[in-house]
Amino acid sequence: MTVRFVTAADDLRPAYDLVIVGAGPAGMAAATEASRTGARVAVLDENPRPGGQIYREITRNQPGARQYLGADYWKGKALGNAFAESNADYAARATVWSIEPADEPRDGERHRVGVTIAGAARMIEAAAVILATGAQERPMPVPGWTLPGVLTAGAAQIALKSSGVVPAAPIVLAGCGPLLYLLASQLIDAGARDMTLLDTSRPVLRWESLRRLPGFLFSPYLRKGLGLLLRTRRRIRVVTGVRSLEILGEDRAEGVRFATARGTSTINASTVLLHQGVIPAINLASAAGCPLAWNAAQRAFQPVTDAEGRTPKRGVLIAGDSAGIGGAQAAEIAGRIVAVAALSDRGLVARDVSAALINRLQRQRQRYFRGRGFLDALYAPRHIFLAPPDAQTIVCRCEEITAGKLREAISLGPPGPNQLKTFVRCGMGPCQGRLCAATVTEIMAAERGTSPADIGTYRLRAPVKPVRLAELAGLPHAPRALKAVTGRDPVDHHLNETELPS
Amino acid sequence: MLKRLREIEEPVSFTFDGVQMQAQRGEMLATALLAAGIGHVRRSVVSGAPRAPYCLMGVCFECLVTVDGLQNRQACLLEVEEGMVVESQRGAPDVLAHFRDEKRQQP
Amino acid sequence: MQEADLTIVGGGLVGASIAWGLARSGAKPLVLDGSDLDLRASRANFALVWVQGKGLHAPHYALWSERSAREWPIMAEALLEDSGVDVGLVQRGGFTFALSNEELEAMRTDMECIAMETAGRAQSFEVLNRAETRARVPHLGRDVVGSVYSAADGHVNALRLFHALHIAMDRKGVTYRPNYKVDAIEPVDDGFILKGEGFSILSRKIVLAAGLDNERLAPMVGLACPLKRSKGQILVTEKCKPFLPCLSPTIRQTDEGGIMIGDSEETDTASIATSSDISAVLASRAIRIFPALADLNVVRSWSGFRVKTADGVPIYDQSVGGAFLVACHSGVTLAANHSLVVAPQIAASRLADDLSPFSARRFHAQAAA
Repeated sequence: MTVRFVTAADDLRPAYDLVIVGAGPAGMAAATEASRTGARVAVLDENPRPGGQIYREITRNQPGARQYLGADYWKGKALGNAFAESNADYAARATVWSIEPADEPRDGERHRVGVTIAGAARMIEAAAVILATGAQERPMPVPGWTLPGVLTAGAAQIALKSSGVVPAAPIVLAGCGPLLYLLASQLIDAGARDMTLLDTSRPVLRWESLRRLPGFLFSPYLRKGLGLLLRTRRRIRVVTGVRSLEILGEDRAEGVRFATARGTSTINASTVLLHQGVIPAINLASAAGCPLAWNAAQRAFQPVTDAEGRTPKRGVLIAGDSAGIGGAQAAEIAGRIVAVAALSDRGLVARDVSAALINRLQRQRQRYFRGRGFLDALYAPRHIFLAPPDAQTIVCRCEEITAGKLREAISLGPPGPNQLKTFVRCGMGPCQGRLCAATVTEIMAAERGTSPADIGTYRLRAPVKPVRLAELAGLPHAPRALKAVTGRDPVDHHLNETELPS
Repeated sequence: MLKRLREIEEPVSFTFDGVQMQAQRGEMLATALLAAGIGHVRRSVVSGAPRAPYCLMGVCFECLVTVDGLQNRQACLLEVEEGMVVESQRGAPDVLAHFRDEKRQQP
Repeated sequence: MQEADLTIVGGGLVGASIAWGLARSGAKPLVLDGSDLDLRASRANFALVWVQGKGLHAPHYALWSERSAREWPIMAEALLEDSGVDVGLVQRGGFTFALSNEELEAMRTDMECIAMETAGRAQSFEVLNRAETRARVPHLGRDVVGSVYSAADGHVNALRLFHALHIAMDRKGVTYRPNYKVDAIEPVDDGFILKGEGFSILSRKIVLAAGLDNERLAPMVGLACPLKRSKGQILVTEKCKPFLPCLSPTIRQTDEGGIMIGDSEETDTASIATSSDISAVLASRAIRIFPALADLNVVRSWSGFRVKTADGVPIYDQSVGGAFLVACHSGVTLAANHSLVVAPQIAASRLADDLSPFSARRFHAQAAA
């Protein structure tokens, strides 16, 4: 078998047993597992080829040409091949902008998935939906972070994986987390030069991380992590203990001013790569009405799920990093677990078979959870980079709302981020809060002296990605909706309202 | 802003603000623009400040450009295609520009 | 127990307008507000200062709306003074577009009926045919068969209005308490005891401006607030250069550049989720009216529940013990009346006689008849 490539919205079936959003490790694994059962599966993914961000272009890249991507990257090859051989319908370049869960899915009642492919929108139905939307980088709002020349570390890694390009020198990597060192090492291997890494991690191992050390000693991350750290430190300039950061430049990044305990320095930079960890991409889950919960260890909101990925919305499941950060290999196993759970719930896999399989997979996954807590605690971002103290720093990049303006509005006492949003428009731009939600919550929590858990985050609505008005207009016009808009029962000529202006 | 490690093997041609450029076949537009040395691809709709691709993964909406007449496309989610006409997004789109073109074409 | 002279339950547009109005006349009210994810019409409205078509078979409501539209410039000026925020009031007339002759005729009948019922005191209007409409409004689609125009209609930036009211409240000494959900109200000799989780407040006077929650709270003070379910949904596009030449109750461009497209009314659902079916019809009608909109990106849709009374007409009421009730689905249009007219009456402890037709007693009378 091979996947069936879907290149137009009309080529999708009207209904599937399982619709999977995202073709990263969790999505590909879920599709591969589910298609073994004979279920009708569709995978909808935004990128032109499968792999997600972590295994970006895994089906096109060959180890010979891009050896520098490292062994962990090439692990995705087998999964990419397995996915390509599954019998799923695979729509690349597909934007899912809405999940409308059935209120109480009974037999025949299905969730509706709004998707755009090649400029046309379509609503398809699904008995079950798996969201495998992965992670995004945690925003790192520092003065100057909106300047051209500033990218996320993830962006530089994506460019390296997909196009074999490296940032222009001098390069400054700034922030914390394992990805920063991995990227540095990949860039060196690829041939990039003139690099400085500004490590903003807190200098001393704190109790929270030490407490989790025993788990880490047995985790697969240990050898890899230490190796990376040492290798990077030998080959580029690494400055530790960086406790403030400012990107300088008028119309583009030209330098970075930073402070450590030893004082303030300024260095030149053509490209600045920021990173302080990753957080779950929750927009689609949140807009589908899935409740969110605060993960204190990972300092992020994530959808509420059980161990098999079920959300309280029946038939909507979440797999991989979008349910809580666990990394690519844990995501791959999660994809399989969640697929089996989804199909078993719909009666498409026998319960005893699914229970045994899930059990086995859970044990495999356990290995990747070991040491996570240590990493989370070790790389917890400094508060100054979560809630920028400088009033002029832009928090909402789309609407250009500064930290100062937010604090002023917070002082009026709005009950939470959603009221704050209406007051100052933070989170109302096209990114829909993806780049400011985390910061807004952190600032509000700090101002109120409470936990982000008590503050909450934006309530999101479809479309979670922009969709052209003409695409929406091209969807079928249900009589009930016509009545709701026009106030009258549709007569025949109203049913032809799909006609568009020429 | 980005530097190619090796020459383009399978080139596709496109224009950005009227200037002829090349990309590797299958490459994403945002990456191709950065690799071609483009500093910024748009001006913000609020202050007019220059902005450039930031996340390259569809999250930040900083890479919005006009592609073949359609405004505010995410360049990081579009592959470069032969003959693509790309323009920088200068502030908010002007919907009437399109409307006027259509009118002109009518007899 | 905390004590307060005057407590307003609800910090939305209605509660905030009244609180600010009271503070302007020297009172120092306390405002108790709900939580961040409560159903809030103040965050989900179309931002119109709109008179056209309101008050069919309720001439007092038609005239009340018109009065507020006339008071609006005065209020906007005062609010700018108190908050430093310009709420962007524009009152240059509005068109309601018809996409079929039935729609146009229904609109004409309603408008003529309102004119008759108000004995010509309501605002003037014009019914325009296709050619007349096109002559006044450029870039219209071919499907527009006509329109109703009224010069009195306008709009504001409703989010800035909401923010401005809260700034003005703060500066004028109003005490604002979020996350104070009122569970129970007990009338006592010297006022009311408002009870909720972790608080108990004795207030001499109270104003119920709690939106949908008024239905639950009003009976606790001997009043009634029968509401009906009415869910509306709208679409918001990305910002674009100013292009809409006019205002309409279903398409407007905000002063920040986004186009808002409304609206719908569903009466059979309690779910706050938006529906793509509704979005499809809204989008299609918007493009038929202004074809140039077709390629704009929708960046948000949202839905909200209107605070709609059983007959669609606002409720202003007063109990013998000193409790006031305000419920309406036009918190923007009526904001001027609420801050400049109703607030002083509440300060004086008596609603004026011309508000008596708005009492919820009308529902008892109907039930008895």
